[in-house]
Amino acid sequence: MELHQLTIHELQKLIRSKEVNSSDIVKSVFKRIDAVEGSVHAYITLMKEHAFEEAAKADRCIREGNIRALTGIPVALKDIVCTKGFLTTCGSRILHNFIPPYDATVVEKLKEAGAVFTGKTNMDEFAMGSSTETSYFGITKNPWALDRIPGGSSGGSAAAVAADLCIASIGSDTGGSIRQPAALCGVVGMKPTYGRVSRYGLIAFASSLDQIGPFTKDVEDCAIMMNVIAGHDPRESTSVPLDVPDYTAFLSRGIDGFKVGIPKEYFIEGIDPEITEAMRGAMKAIEGLGATCVEISLPHTEYCLAVYYIIAPAEASSNLARYDGVKYGFRADDCKDLLDMYKKTRSAGFGAEVKRRIMIGTYALSSGYYDAYYKKASQVRALIKRDFEEAWKHCDVILTPTTPTPAFKIGEKIDDPLQMYLSDIFTISTNLAGIPGISVPCGFTRQGLPIGAQFLAGHFEEGKLIQIAAAFEKQANLKQRRPNL
Amino acid sequence: MAYEPVIGLEIHAQLLTKSKIFCSCSTLFGAEPNTHTCAICLGMPGVLPVLNRTVVEYTIKMALATNCAINESCNFARKNYFYPDLPKGYQISQYAQPLSEHGYVDIEQNEGKKRIGITRIHMEEDAGKMIHDEHLPSSYIDLNRTGVPLIEIVSEPDMRSSEEASAYLKRLHEILVYLEICDGNMEEGSFRCDANVSIRPRGENAFGTRTELKNMNSFRNVQRALDYEIKRQQYILESGQAVIQETRLWDDSQGVTLSMRGKEEAHDYRYFPDPDLVPIVIDESWVAEVRKNLPELPLAKRERFMRDYQLPSYDAGVLTSSRVLADYFEDVANLSGKPKAASNWVMGDILRFLNEEKRDIKDCPILPQSLAEMIQLIENGTISGKMAKDIIEEMYRTGKPPTTIIEEKGMVQITDEAALAKTIAEILAANTAQVEQYRGGKEKVFGYFVGQVMKATKGKANPQLINDLLKKMLTAS
Ligand SMILES: [Zn+2]
Repeated sequence: MELHQLTIHELQKLIRSKEVNSSDIVKSVFKRIDAVEGSVHAYITLMKEHAFEEAAKADRCIREGNIRALTGIPVALKDIVCTKGFLTTCGSRILHNFIPPYDATVVEKLKEAGAVFTGKTNMDEFAMGSSTETSYFGITKNPWALDRIPGGSSGGSAAAVAADLCIASIGSDTGGSIRQPAALCGVVGMKPTYGRVSRYGLIAFASSLDQIGPFTKDVEDCAIMMNVIAGHDPRESTSVPLDVPDYTAFLSRGIDGFKVGIPKEYFIEGIDPEITEAMRGAMKAIEGLGATCVEISLPHTEYCLAVYYIIAPAEASSNLARYDGVKYGFRADDCKDLLDMYKKTRSAGFGAEVKRRIMIGTYALSSGYYDAYYKKASQVRALIKRDFEEAWKHCDVILTPTTPTPAFKIGEKIDDPLQMYLSDIFTISTNLAGIPGISVPCGFTRQGLPIGAQFLAGHFEEGKLIQIAAAFEKQANLKQRRPNL
Repeated sequence: MAYEPVIGLEIHAQLLTKSKIFCSCSTLFGAEPNTHTCAICLGMPGVLPVLNRTVVEYTIKMALATNCAINESCNFARKNYFYPDLPKGYQISQYAQPLSEHGYVDIEQNEGKKRIGITRIHMEEDAGKMIHDEHLPSSYIDLNRTGVPLIEIVSEPDMRSSEEASAYLKRLHEILVYLEICDGNMEEGSFRCDANVSIRPRGENAFGTRTELKNMNSFRNVQRALDYEIKRQQYILESGQAVIQETRLWDDSQGVTLSMRGKEEAHDYRYFPDPDLVPIVIDESWVAEVRKNLPELPLAKRERFMRDYQLPSYDAGVLTSSRVLADYFEDVANLSGKPKAASNWVMGDILRFLNEEKRDIKDCPILPQSLAEMIQLIENGTISGKMAKDIIEEMYRTGKPPTTIIEEKGMVQITDEAALAKTIAEILAANTAQVEQYRGGKEKVFGYFVGQVMKATKGKANPQLINDLLKKMLTAS
């Protein structure tokens, strides 16, 4: 095994026993990047020089015995989290030259824990997309099949972990943008409870839905990353001041006696038969671990997509108003006057999908339509939340497929927004309800494409998700299989 | 036809908090452009607002002072529009759920008290400022003001003349300054007023088409702009045309209102609850705490001054026009025990001195104790009123207490009857012709004698004593 193939916890053992240091690991990761990044294109910006400097610093800490949770571990960041002094583009031309003068809270926390940043990963423009095809900086390929999409919007972060271009990465999830690419790339991805991980410095797409979370090679690493990034942030009003448990303590608890809810509304027509089959296997596996599966109902499931595609664009239309060419980022040339500058800058600075959502959102909020769209959607959102509250009376966690299909071909759905939007059909309700969810690998199609299982739990019950995901992961035993790059 | 104006005012008041509403930048006016800014008030990507609780407290104060109901829960909304001085592309304001609603203030008019309804008071952030250079094709932006807390106070369309509007505006200004939550400076823009005006035939219930007036940066301009606009609308209606609903700017130099934008160009602000901020819950105990620390308000103080100090309404009005002035007067009144005299000296000489130098009462060099002492010295006859006029000027110039000045200048009043009688006798002896005239019925000459006595005593004689003695001695022999 090469160092870049290892997990955080495996590398930590080697670091503690002084068998390897951070520079060795970073060297290995960048060797891998040199070899395969050209075909995967997971990154927008590489921070090679910075990474080696930080690795040298980490090595000093290791020598001094000052080893923290992520000391010396190469971590990649989705290009949506602000990094002081490093380009942060959000996958958009409009921020193609934007260098923030501040770090996101999550970046500060990772630095504090000793992580070494490898670079900023590719993503759908402003996180709007499910395939990483809407990025201004090119398409990221799925490491398991280079002619297929890695999922999105955090496709770069998922592909980077799957292809060993980093050890772990950070993504953001507004409607499935962590869990969907994690499933399609065969890695672990968690969307924490809304308010659990600080959004400060996360470039906003839809503020009431956005949440930062980790991509890792296994569930134990997910727990380690969550220990670092979770917690209250006084710089965010919607951050929740609750104590954070040690998530690694949940890893080996087992799930004997767990009640696992299977929502009947999630096994719909149009779902890939191989995925249904994998789900049956997953149910069997967890029952073998002492849990029982019970059918539950989330009756408002059919409205999730509609509600999401009103609330998310509405918030986005306002969040993206600041990109006007006045203070930073792209500004069009040859503008006659102020209005002309706004029009030309925003027309040329944003891609088609972003413009589509800004228009949908603007429409949903305009006077005369607000009640019928935004207000109604907010009311239905409350019902969706209540569906889950009702469900927790009957089960501890919920199991669903993460996606209805495995990774599709590049270009296959990019011109059909509705088909594209359906890729998030199983992940969107989580964001609307604000609850946590995790996607773990649960099998492969006959073509060798990864399939993900999604577990959901109540607010701030990430521990339960780690608990069941860890037990399931051990039982499924899929870790040996790697993409052939 | 007789027309009746219908006027409603929207007032924006900058709150006197140290830091901005959603970040920790300073709110001080007049700094170098863009020095009081940070990633948050500059609207950089990914940053988030955190509410300054003092803004809520100050707004509760104003709500209580204007008899508004305070909503248990309120929230912030985004008002979306593009402008270079608005870095986020939206202003954080309150919309569907403001902090307070349904209040009123009373104004005094010739016909008596009139109640003006307040629709709502809400919190919001201020925008920045554009600086235009006529010689350049580009403009500059100063974002120091961006994020300075404002409250917007919206009145009901209850005013029926520019005088009423002016009285209401002054009443709100006075309350804000009394509460020490706004400095009330109209020129610097910390107190701004927009007006909605329409007219209708007297006796008609339906409202006419209204225009919105902006850019009136003094009390005088508000009244001038309203008067102009009322006349303009009247002219339009009388010439058979219709008033257009539009926003008009007051042009101070020409003394007219000019069209800025019409209804068809009106913004759709697409308000929606700001997802970055949580609802603000204001419980009973918070309101009670603020209420407990509320100062006495101008109207209550005015009534108390009239009642307790027996002051005329006019005096009470002047003396309560600011909290510091009212406190100053009360100190003098209580220390001297002579409220009417205290009122006369404060309203007369003290305010005249201060006005001449454009100084504020809080910088007055004469301490209330000194003025009270001077009043007592007049009362007990140590000095005359006329002497006091000179003494108070000296007190203002030097800040010295009256006794020191009297001592230094030897200005003690002559109250020794025997000594004064002797001086008078000498004067009468030297002016026999005038004595004869007086005794012959020409009483005007009396003033001449008073003048002579004052001259001889260098003004130190007690005027009452001079009068008494002169009368007695002139009629005596
Ligand atoms: Zn600031």
